Amino acid sequence: MKRLNFRIILFSFALIFGIVFSLPNFVSMKCNVKTGEVDKNATCGKKITLGLDLQGGLHMLLGVKSEVAIESRIKSMAATVKYLFDDEDIIFDDLRMVEGNKITFELLDKDEVPKAKALLKKELEGITINENALKFSLMMTPEEVTRTKQNAIRQAVDTIRNRLDAFGLAEPTVTKQGQDKILVEVPGIKTQADEQRIRELIARAAHLQLMAVDEGRASRVDSMSPQEAKSFGDVILSDVNTPEKYLVRAIPILDGSMLTDAKVGFDKNNQPVINFALNGQGAKIFGDFTGVSVGKRMAVVLDNKVYSAPNIRERIGGGHVQISGRFELSEAHDLAIALRSGALLAPVYVMEKRSVGPSLGADSIRSSTIALVIGFLLVVLFMVFYYAMAGVIANVALIGNLLLILAVMSLFGATLTLPGMAGIVLTVGMAVDANVIINERIRELLHQGKSIPKSIEDGYNNAFTAIWDANVTTLIAATVLYAYGTGAIKGFALTMSIGILASMLTAIVGTHGIYQWLLPKMSKKRINFWFGIKLEETK
Amino acid sequence: MELFKYKKPLALMSKSKRFGTVSLVMIIISLSLIFIKGFSYGIDFSGGTLIQVKYEGKAPIQKVREVISSDTVYKGATVTYFGSEDEIVIKTKVSSKKLGDDVGDKVRTLLKDTGNFKIRRVDMVGAKVGSELREKGIMSMLLAILGILIYVSFRFEWRFAVASVLALVHDVTITMGMLVLFSIEVNLDILAAILTILGYSLNDTIIVFDRIREGLNTIKNPNLATIIDESVTRTLSRTVLTSLTTFFVVLTLFMFGGEIIHGFSFTLLIGVIIGTYSSIFVASPILMWLGFSVSEYRLKEADKLKRQKEKDKMRAMYENGTM
Repeated sequence: MKRLNFRIILFSFALIFGIVFSLPNFVSMKCNVKTGEVDKNATCGKKITLGLDLQGGLHMLLGVKSEVAIESRIKSMAATVKYLFDDEDIIFDDLRMVEGNKITFELLDKDEVPKAKALLKKELEGITINENALKFSLMMTPEEVTRTKQNAIRQAVDTIRNRLDAFGLAEPTVTKQGQDKILVEVPGIKTQADEQRIRELIARAAHLQLMAVDEGRASRVDSMSPQEAKSFGDVILSDVNTPEKYLVRAIPILDGSMLTDAKVGFDKNNQPVINFALNGQGAKIFGDFTGVSVGKRMAVVLDNKVYSAPNIRERIGGGHVQISGRFELSEAHDLAIALRSGALLAPVYVMEKRSVGPSLGADSIRSSTIALVIGFLLVVLFMVFYYAMAGVIANVALIGNLLLILAVMSLFGATLTLPGMAGIVLTVGMAVDANVIINERIRELLHQGKSIPKSIEDGYNNAFTAIWDANVTTLIAATVLYAYGTGAIKGFALTMSIGILASMLTAIVGTHGIYQWLLPKMSKKRINFWFGIKLEETK
Repeated sequence: MELFKYKKPLALMSKSKRFGTVSLVMIIISLSLIFIKGFSYGIDFSGGTLIQVKYEGKAPIQKVREVISSDTVYKGATVTYFGSEDEIVIKTKVSSKKLGDDVGDKVRTLLKDTGNFKIRRVDMVGAKVGSELREKGIMSMLLAILGILIYVSFRFEWRFAVASVLALVHDVTITMGMLVLFSIEVNLDILAAILTILGYSLNDTIIVFDRIREGLNTIKNPNLATIIDESVTRTLSRTVLTSLTTFFVVLTLFMFGGEIIHGFSFTLLIGVIIGTYSSIFVASPILMWLGFSVSEYRLKEADKLKRQKEKDKMRAMYENGTM
C-alpha cells in the first residue's frame, strides 16, 4: 500500500489550514497595540469576535412607535400649509389637526379655492384632499402611511448609529430586525452609569421645535385645561427646570429638520449652551417670523419641554439660535450629538435588554476555558488508556477538529458566545464518538480473526452509515436551533454545526489516512500496543 | 483495555416489558410534575428583570432584601445568592420600556448604602418578547422533530422513524420533569440544552438502529427480538463509551463552567443519562411493539434489489444495442 495516500494529504491540508487561520487568535497581542490602524484585519489576520456575554457590553432589542411618526408628519404638514398660505396671501381660518391623522381648515374666499388646491398639490406629496364647499380636509394616503412608518424605522436605525458613532465607542452595531425592531449592540462599556448614559443618548427624541408663545392668552395658562388650550390651537408645555408653564401655538414655526449643525458653546456666565445653525429655508422662515413678532416671545422646545422663551427684540437673520437651559457639560455634549444626528421621527422603547459587565465576561471566559481544558484532557487520556495507539490517532483527529472550528470561525468572523464555548466543549465529547464507533468495529473484526488491513478497511466501511446518519440528524437539530435561536443560542448551534462538519473530515478521513500510513508498521504481535486488545490465540 | 468483550447477546427484549413499565412510570411522574407544579419560567420566557450584583466581600443579602422590598416597583422580587456568597441575583417580573432610568438603574441608587458593589449583569425582557421567544422555542422543537422524522423514514423505514421520535419524546419529557423536580429555571439556554439532548439521544438511537438495519440483512434468524438483542449487544460498548466521554465533559462543564451555565449543564447531565438509557432499553422495544416484521422487510428489500437488477439489465441491453 502506498504510504502517502490522498486521505492523509487531505488531512494534512486541513491541519495546516486549521493552524494558519486559528493562529491569529493566539498571537494577537502584537499588532493590537496600533489602535490607530484602520484596517486591523490586514495586519493581524481575522480573529474570532467575542460575544457581548464574554467581553461585556450592552445588547438591546428596541421597538419603534412608528405611529408617532405619522402624527409628527401631519404636524409638519400643517406647518407647511400655514407657511404656504401666508406666503401667497391666501386667507384661511381654523387650521387644526384632527384625530392625529388629519388636517382641516377653511378658506374664506371662494375665488382662492383653485389657487389653494394647485398649491397644495404642488407642495405636498402623498395626501388626499377632500373639500366640502370652503372646508378642506387633508389626509395621508395609506401608501404614504406605510412609507412614513418604514422611513421612521430606517431613520431611527441611522440616527442611533450616528449618535453611537459620534459618542466615540468601539464598533457599535445597529441593525433593523424583522419588520419593526432594531437591534443595538455596544461592546466595551465599563460601568452601569456609562451604560445608562448611552441608553439615554439613544432614547433622546431630540425633537427640536421653535414655537410662538400665544401672548394673547398666556396670562391664563395656569388655569387652562389641555382641552381648552387645544380648542384655541394651542398646547401647554412646562419648563425643563422650573414648574413654570407656557402656552404656545400647537403648530411650530419650524422644527429640527431644518437644523444643519449643533455645537456646545458657553454663554457670558460660562454656562454650557448649545448653538445651532439653520439651513437656508429655516433661516428665511425664522427671519420672517422674528421680523413680524418683535416684542413677543418665542419658546425653544426640545422633546416637549421649554428650554428658554426669550423676547424677540428684532428680526434675526442668518439662522443662528442658542439653547440655554442650565446644562451639565456632559449633558450638553450628548444633546448636541443628538441634535446633530437628527431627531428620532418615532420614539423607541426597550423590548429586550441584556448587559454584561466586563468583569463578569472575563469570569465566564476563565471558567469555560477551565471546563474546556479539563474536559479535553479527560477525553484524551481516556482514549489513550482505552484504545492505546488507536486512541492516540483519535486524539490527533480531535485536536485537528478543535483547530478547524477555531479557523472556520475566525475566517467568517463568527462570534464566540458563552453557549458557543459550551458547544465546543460538547463537540469534544461528541467528536470522539465517530472514532469510538470505528475502533469498536475494527476490534470486532480483529476478534473474528480478520487481518489488520482488512479489519481497518471493513471497519471504516461498516461504521460509515452509522456515523453519517447520526451526524446528519444532529445537524438537522443544530440547523433548526440556528434558524430559530436568538443571539447567544445561535452561537451554540454554530459551533456545534461546524464541529460536526469538521469531525467528518478529521475523525473519518483523517484517522483513516493515518491508519493507512502506519499500516506497514502494524503487526498482530503488537496488537495490544496498536489497538489495546488481546486476541485469543486458540482460534 | 477492553471492558465489553462480546460473548453472547444479552436477553434484553425478553425483559422489554419491565423497561417499558419503568419508562411509563417515569413519564407519568414527569407529566404530572409538569402539569401540577409547572415550569418555573425564567425572564427569557416570562418577561422581567434580572440583576446580578457582586459585592466586595460577603453580600449583605438580608439588607438588600429589606431595601428592595421597600420599593413598590420591586414587589414580589426575589433576592438569592448566585454561585458564591459575594454575589447575589435580584429577580423581578417587572420590566420597563423606558430606555433611560430603568429597573436596573433604580437598583443602583437603592443599594447605594449596602456596601461596595458592582452591577455585573442586567437582563431585561419585555413580556411581549418573552411570549414570542416561548412560541419560537416550541416551534423549533417541533420543527427539529419533524425534520428528523422525515430523514429517518427516508433512510430506514417509517417504524424506525416513529420509534426514534417516541424515544425522543420520552427523553425530553423525563428531562423536563427533572427540571420541574429540581426547580431549574427555564430560560433560552435550557431550551438549547433540550435541543442538544434531542440531537444527542437521537445520535445514540440511530447508531443502534443502523446495527439493526445491518442485522436485518446479515443475521439468518428471522426473529426480530434476536436481531435486536444481537445488535444492541454489539453496539453496547460504543454506546456506553461515548456516553461516558460525553458525560465526563458535561460534568466538567457542570462543575467548572461557572454559575451562569449551571442550569444548562445540569439539563445536559440528565439528558445524557436518560438518552443513553432510552437508546438501549426503550427505542428498540418500541420498534417491536410497532409490529415491525422482519420477513416483510426482507421481501421488500429483495424486491428492491430485484428491480434494481432488472433495471441494470435493461440498461445493459439498451447500451449494447440489443433493444
